[in-house]
Amino acid sequence: MTAPSTASANGLRSTSPAARGRSRTAGLAACLASGLLALGLLLVLPAAGAGSDDAGRGKALFGQCKRCHQVGGGAAHRIGPHLNDVFGRTAGSLADYRYSQAMREAGAGGLIWAGATLDAFLSDPHTFVPHTRMSFDGMEGADDRAALLAWLRGFSGDHSDPSPAEPTATPEEYGLDPHILAIQGDREYGAYLAGECTTCHRTDGADEGIPSITGWPLDDFVIALQAYKHGKRVHPVMQMVTGRLSDEEIAALAAHFHRAEDDP
Amino acid sequence: MSKSNRKNGLNRRHFLASAAAATTAVSALSAPTVLAEGRPRVVVVGGGAGGATAARYIAKDSEGAVDVTLVEPSRAYYTCFFSNLYIGGFREWVSIGHSYGALAANHGVNVVHDWAVSVDRDARSVGLAGGGSLAYDRLILSPGIDFRAGSVPGWDLSQQNRMPHAYKAGSQTQLLRAQIEAMPEGGTYCMVAPPNPFRCPPGPYERISMVAHVLKQSNPTAKIIIVDPKEKFSKQGLFEDGWQRHYPGMVERIGPDFGGDKVEVRPEAMEVVVDGEAMKVDVCNVIPAQQAGGIAAAAGITNEAGWAPIVPATMQSRADENIHVLGDAAHQGDMPKSGFSANSQAKVCAMAVRGALTGSSVFPPRFSNTCWSLIGTDDGVKVGASYEATDEKIAKTDGFISQTGEGAELRKATYEESLGWYAGITADMFS
Ligand SMILES: Cc1cc2nc3c(=O)[nH]c(=O)nc-3n(C[C@H](O)[C@H](O)[C@H](O)COP(=O)(O)OP(=O)(O)OC[C@H]3O[C@@H](n4cnc5c(N)ncnc54)[C@H](O)[C@@H]3O)c2cc1C
Ligand code: HEC
Ligand code: HEC
Repeated sequence: MTAPSTASANGLRSTSPAARGRSRTAGLAACLASGLLALGLLLVLPAAGAGSDDAGRGKALFGQCKRCHQVGGGAAHRIGPHLNDVFGRTAGSLADYRYSQAMREAGAGGLIWAGATLDAFLSDPHTFVPHTRMSFDGMEGADDRAALLAWLRGFSGDHSDPSPAEPTATPEEYGLDPHILAIQGDREYGAYLAGECTTCHRTDGADEGIPSITGWPLDDFVIALQAYKHGKRVHPVMQMVTGRLSDEEIAALAAHFHRAEDDP
Repeated sequence: MSKSNRKNGLNRRHFLASAAAATTAVSALSAPTVLAEGRPRVVVVGGGAGGATAARYIAKDSEGAVDVTLVEPSRAYYTCFFSNLYIGGFREWVSIGHSYGALAANHGVNVVHDWAVSVDRDARSVGLAGGGSLAYDRLILSPGIDFRAGSVPGWDLSQQNRMPHAYKAGSQTQLLRAQIEAMPEGGTYCMVAPPNPFRCPPGPYERISMVAHVLKQSNPTAKIIIVDPKEKFSKQGLFEDGWQRHYPGMVERIGPDFGGDKVEVRPEAMEVVVDGEAMKVDVCNVIPAQQAGGIAAAAGITNEAGWAPIVPATMQSRADENIHVLGDAAHQGDMPKSGFSANSQAKVCAMAVRGALTGSSVFPPRFSNTCWSLIGTDDGVKVGASYEATDEKIAKTDGFISQTGEGAELRKATYEESLGWYAGITADMFS
């Protein structure tokens, strides 16, 4: 656990409580990326091969990422890009994943994922990379981030963990009937129904405070809406919106928002 | 969405599953207009929440099959929504201004910067202040509101620079903010609130919150008085709880039980007279009673109260099936007069108009609304509902509202959602 705390001791996690959450003005990624390079802190990585207790904790913490990311054998892009070999990866650089402009620009500006940059990003994604499409408010505990990153580190480099990637979301984990995934959605109807969504969700996938829902895998989309509909995810707006959608309508919406080129 | 994707969408299998339901909606439409030579013409009057959305959706989804002209005098649209946040110092002025450039460039909408001054319903043409006229197959009116003359004795439009309404966003909003900043220490801001129905039911009270937020910092001994003809108002419990917590002792409301419905103003003397008793104020924000924007009355489609009754399933005027009315101007039933509502109605209308003019599919209409309000820093609340079209009115089917006593995290998340919504709806209108 020493490495990431070194990073914070160097003042890298400069997100003050006041700046926490989604204050979408600061651009820490750009200054940090160059600062880190200058300080040579890219070398400060969490220790690989951490003890197995820690690994268990890291894996459990990945539960917060799992809804959107896969890592391990056969990992594919889902709502977010796969995280194999993320250590050393230039931010926003995988050619077959549709990143936000913000993430691509952060990469072009020199942001490389390493222990310290990942720590800063995960602590407050929307401050570190303003306008990122990653709808995740951040992981507060420095220890938690360290444990998660130590575990994630195992999937980067030559001797990466061969265990197979876990699925992002399954109907079963939300207590939903698996047949909902088999329904063919009608795109034209979906396009009309989507009019209700685009008052809040932007069609260009930008996340300015309401999550991006474009370019999702079909199954993840259907499961998310069904989970709200059945009260397995709680949010007054989305529960009201989905409350009147039939299974066919949810499939139609998924088909509309899905883009063929985003298929894993 | 990319062009090629839209094409894919069109090539898809035709819709079957809810064809039965769809037919019901179709039958509510008049028979498709027999297409004369050339493309069918739609004229939209008013480039606000309703009009810009309708023009964009008809042009975008018909992919050039319908000729869409938008008539709007202003070159930039300043949103009323979030104009209170500008007054409170949470938004820059430029951040609430939007241009019509993308509607023309991306979707081929003809944008005509002029006022519509008359409607000849027999000839189906709209007269413009600049002298020309525009022929239409379907006319969509979304002119927003005008103020009812004489509703606040002593006030008329000629007094709006002394006593601003700031209820149509633009120079009025900037003027009100400047007047609040220039208030003497310990001075009084007074709002004369409007009677129902009016644009944005929580709007006046969100404004009170924002004025209090500013004064608390710059002029903490200042007083805020609301003179209100209504017994109760939108999100009242949430606002009053918030004022208590953030601005204790600053806000006083004079309801009808204390003469809030018997108000008169004297702009020259900067006096407000409540139930015969005059008080001197430093800023007087008069929000008069409202009615549909004047062009609706000029078209002869308004009721005695000054609003335009519509057929819920299509937003067609009850008086003329070739005219649709959207947003604040429409008398429609349960939806509040909000930007969200206008945007939602515009999409139902766009589908109905395309169906009538090009024979495209018409699905059962759906409406929804959510209104966020900011009470103090990171303290957002919301109220929302779903609606359906009945023969008689747009009827509420489901809804929710924020609760008092919610945690700070949730209130902050609600505020952040409102930022996302603003980015979403303005893209849905103008991109
Ligand atoms: C302070 C305030 C806060 C608000 N906050 C919110 C909020 O948080 N959320 C929300 O959803 N709503 C909010 N609203 C309400 C929202 O602004 C309106 O309900 C919405 O703008 C209505 O849309 P509309 O298309 O009917 O009219 P408008 O948006 O007002 O558009 C009308 C347009 O028509 C043009 N026009 C009028 N007459 C003519 C003519 N004769 N010829 C050509 N053009 C014409 C006008 O120039 C104008 O651009 C708020 C309103 C106010 C005042
Ligand atoms: C709600 C879905 C979601 C959750 C939850 C989520 N992410 Fe992401 N993540 C994304 C998306 C979408 C992107 C792409 C962001 C962009 O393009 O702006 C992303 C990007 C990333 C990147 C950058 C990858 C690259 O190729 O540049 C990393 C690293 C990352 N996420 C790690 C995590 C970790 C670790 C967690 C859990 C603590 C997590 N994410 C939780 C959706 C999510
Ligand atoms: C009034 C605004 C609003 C409308 C309208 C709306 N949404 Fe949402 N949506 C939200 C908010 C806010 C969230 C975040 C909820 C949460 O935190 O769980 C969300 C979340 C979602 C998610 C999950 C995102 C994630 O990262 O897991 C999906 C999928 C979604 N919405 C789809 C839709 C669809 C499809 C529609 C139209 C049928 C729609 N929404 C209409 C505001 C809205």
